[in-house]
Amino acid sequence: MNNVLHLVWLVPFFPLVGFLITGLLRKQLSKPLISIIGSGMVLASFIVSVLLFTEVKNGNTYVANLFDFISFGTLSIPFAFQIDQLSSLFLLIITGIGFLIHLYSSAYMHEERNEHFGRFFSYLNLFVFSMLLLVLGANYVIMFIGWEGVGLCSYLLIGYWFKNVEYGNAAKKAFIMNRIGDLGFLIAIFWLIAKLGTVTYSTPEGTGVFDLFQKLTRTDLIGITLLLFVGATGKSAQIPLYTWLPDAMAGPTPVSALIHAATMVTAGIYMIARSNVLYTMAPYTQSVVAAVGLATALFAATIAIKQNDIKKVLAYSTVSQLGYMFLGLGVGAYTGAVFHVMTHAFFKALLFLGAGSVIHAMHHEQDIRKMGGLSKKLPITHATFLIGCIAIAGIPPFSGFFSKDEILAFAYAKDPLYYYLGVAGAAMTAFYMFRLYATTFRGTFRGTEEQKHHLHESPAAMTIPLVVLAILAAVGGFIGIPESIMPDAHKLEHFLEPIFAKSNEIQMAALPEHHTEINLMVISVALALGMIIFAWFRYSKKPELNEPAGFGKVLADKWYIDELYNFVVVKPLNGLARFMNSFFEKKVVDGMVNGVGRLVNYTSRQVRLLQSGLVGNYVLLMVLSMLALFIVKFFIKK
Amino acid sequence: MLIERYIYLAIALFCIGIVGVLARRNAIIIFMCIELMLNAVNLLLVAFSKMHYAAGVAKNATAGIDGQLFVFFIMVVAAAEVSVGLAIIVMMYRNTHSVDVNFLNRLKH
Repeated sequence: MNNVLHLVWLVPFFPLVGFLITGLLRKQLSKPLISIIGSGMVLASFIVSVLLFTEVKNGNTYVANLFDFISFGTLSIPFAFQIDQLSSLFLLIITGIGFLIHLYSSAYMHEERNEHFGRFFSYLNLFVFSMLLLVLGANYVIMFIGWEGVGLCSYLLIGYWFKNVEYGNAAKKAFIMNRIGDLGFLIAIFWLIAKLGTVTYSTPEGTGVFDLFQKLTRTDLIGITLLLFVGATGKSAQIPLYTWLPDAMAGPTPVSALIHAATMVTAGIYMIARSNVLYTMAPYTQSVVAAVGLATALFAATIAIKQNDIKKVLAYSTVSQLGYMFLGLGVGAYTGAVFHVMTHAFFKALLFLGAGSVIHAMHHEQDIRKMGGLSKKLPITHATFLIGCIAIAGIPPFSGFFSKDEILAFAYAKDPLYYYLGVAGAAMTAFYMFRLYATTFRGTFRGTEEQKHHLHESPAAMTIPLVVLAILAAVGGFIGIPESIMPDAHKLEHFLEPIFAKSNEIQMAALPEHHTEINLMVISVALALGMIIFAWFRYSKKPELNEPAGFGKVLADKWYIDELYNFVVVKPLNGLARFMNSFFEKKVVDGMVNGVGRLVNYTSRQVRLLQSGLVGNYVLLMVLSMLALFIVKFFIKK
Repeated sequence: MLIERYIYLAIALFCIGIVGVLARRNAIIIFMCIELMLNAVNLLLVAFSKMHYAAGVAKNATAGIDGQLFVFFIMVVAAAEVSVGLAIIVMMYRNTHSVDVNFLNRLKH
C-alpha cells in the first residue's frame, strides 16, 4: 500500500474549499483573487490527480473508507472513495480540463460584477466537486450524491443570468429532465439493495455488486441495467431526454464547455462503463443502449446541420458524439467509449472555448450568419478551432479519428448496419462542423461596422487554454492506436484492462479482421474528407443566410420535438394541474375541510337546544339520568 | 316493628318531593319539596339505625349510632342551605317581582 493513494480525499476537498471561500466571501474578495482561488483549487486537485494517476499506472489501486455514511440493519454504505484505472483517468479529464475552463472563465467573465463573479466561480468549483464525488465514489450511493450535485450545479450555472426568464426556463428544463433520469437511477439502486443488500462496487472479500452479480436473475439484470440507462439518458442527453442540453446553452460559454466536455454529460458514460459487468450480462439492454445511442447520434447530427447559433451547433454535436459513446458501450467497446469521452473532452472543450472567444470578440453575437471572415482577426482562435473541427470530423492523425473509428470497428463486428449508420452520422458530423467553420471564419465579414471595428483576439488567459486543448486534441489520440495499424500500441486499453477484465471473461467484444478494419477506416475518413471539402467550398463562398425552407426548416426547428413534448407531456400536465386546482382543490379538499367545520357547527346548534335555561328541564334531566344510572347499576348485569 | 313500613313512607315522601320539584314553578314550594326529600332520607337513616341497634346492641354498644349522627349533619346542612336558598329567593323576588323559577332563564341570553 502506498501513501500517495491515501491523499485521494484531497482531490474533491480542494474544489469544496474553493466553493466555500469564493461563495461566502464573494463580496469581500476582489475579482483577481477570486479567480486565483477558484482556479488554484482546481489546479491543486489536478496536481494530486496526476500523482494518483502515476501511482495507479504502476498497478496500485485503493479504496479509502472515510466514514460510515449509512449503517442500517445489514445494509452498510461507507463513504468511500475508490481510486483505480477508470476513476483516475476521469479525474485527470475533469480536473485538467476543469482547470483550463476556470482559467478561461477568469477572462471571459471579467465584465460581471464582483459578487456575481464570485458566485460564478463558487458554482464552477461546486460543479467540479460534485463531478469528482461522482467519479470517486466507491458505491452507487456516493455516485448518486455526486450525480445529484452535478444536476443542481447545472441548474445554477445554466440559470446564472437569472434575470432573463428564458435562461431561467432553460435551467428548469435541464433540472427537470435530469430528475426524470435520476428517478430511474434511484430505483435501480433500490433494486440492487433489495436483491444483493449492497451497493459497493467491489470488495476484496467478494461482497460487492460486481462480485455477486451472478446471484441476479435475468429479469433483475435487465431491469437494473435499463433503469441505470434511464438515468444515463437524462444526464448524458440521449433520446428521449436530450432536449435540455441544447437549451443549456443559455449559460455562459465556459459553463457549456464544462457541462459538455469535462463533466456532467460524461457521467452517464462513466456509470455504464463502471457497471460494465452488469451490462455484459444483459445483452438485451446492450442492444437497447446501442440502438438509442445510434439513433441519438444520427438524429442530433441532422438537427445540427441546420442550426445557425454557433453554440447550438456544438450542443447538437455533443449530443451526437454522446450517441457514439453509447453505441460503443452497447456493442461492448467499453474502452472505445471511455477513449471517446477523453478525446471528446479535449476537442469539445476546445470548440466551446473557441466559440466563446468568437462570441467575446463579436460582443455577444452568436448567430453565425452575422460572422464570417474571422480568420484574419482572430488567428489563434481560428487555428485552434480548425484543429478542433478536424479532430471531431475524424481525420487522422487527430484524436477524434482514433476513438471514433475504434467504436465504429466494434460496431461493425457486432452488426454491419450499426457501422453504416454510424459512418453516415460521422459524415454528417464532418459536414456540419465545417459548415460552421466556413461560415464563421471564411468568406467576408457580415456583421455591423461597429462590431468589425471592435474585433480583437482574446486575452492570453483565454488563448492559452485554447492552445493547450488544441495540442491535446491533436495528439490525444496516440494513446489508443489500434492494433491493426501498430501492434501493441493501444496504451489505453492495457491501462483500463483490469476494469473490464470481468466483462471480457464473460464475453470479449470482437474486432473485425485487421484488413477489414483498415478498409472501414478508409471508408469513413474518405467520406469525412469529402464532406469537409464540400462544406468548406460551399459555405466559404455562399453562406446560408436565408431562413431555411421545406425540409431544412424541419431540421432547423429540431424536428419539432420540443413542440411534441410540449403537446404530449406539458399540456396534459398543465391541464391536469388546472383540473386539480379548479375542481379537486375547490370541491374535494376544501369540501372536506369546510364539511368538518359545518358538521361541528350543525351539531352544536342542535345540542344548544338542551340548554334551555328552564330550571324544570334541568331538574327533569337530572332525575331521568339518575334513574338511568340506577337501572344500569342494579338491573343490567355484566 | 316492620322496617318495610318506614321504607314505604320514605319512598312516598321522596316521590312527593320529586314530583313537587318537577311539577311546580314556585320557588318556595320547590324548596319545601327539597326539604321533604331530605327528610325522607333522614327518616330512612333513623329507621335503619334503630333496626341495627336492636340487632347488634348485644355485641356492640355503639351499633346504629352512625345513622343518628348523619341525621344531625343533614339537618345542620339543610338549615344552612335554607338560609342561603331563602336569601336567593328574596333577591329573586326583588328583581323579578315573582318567585316563578321559569323567569330565571335570562342567563341563557
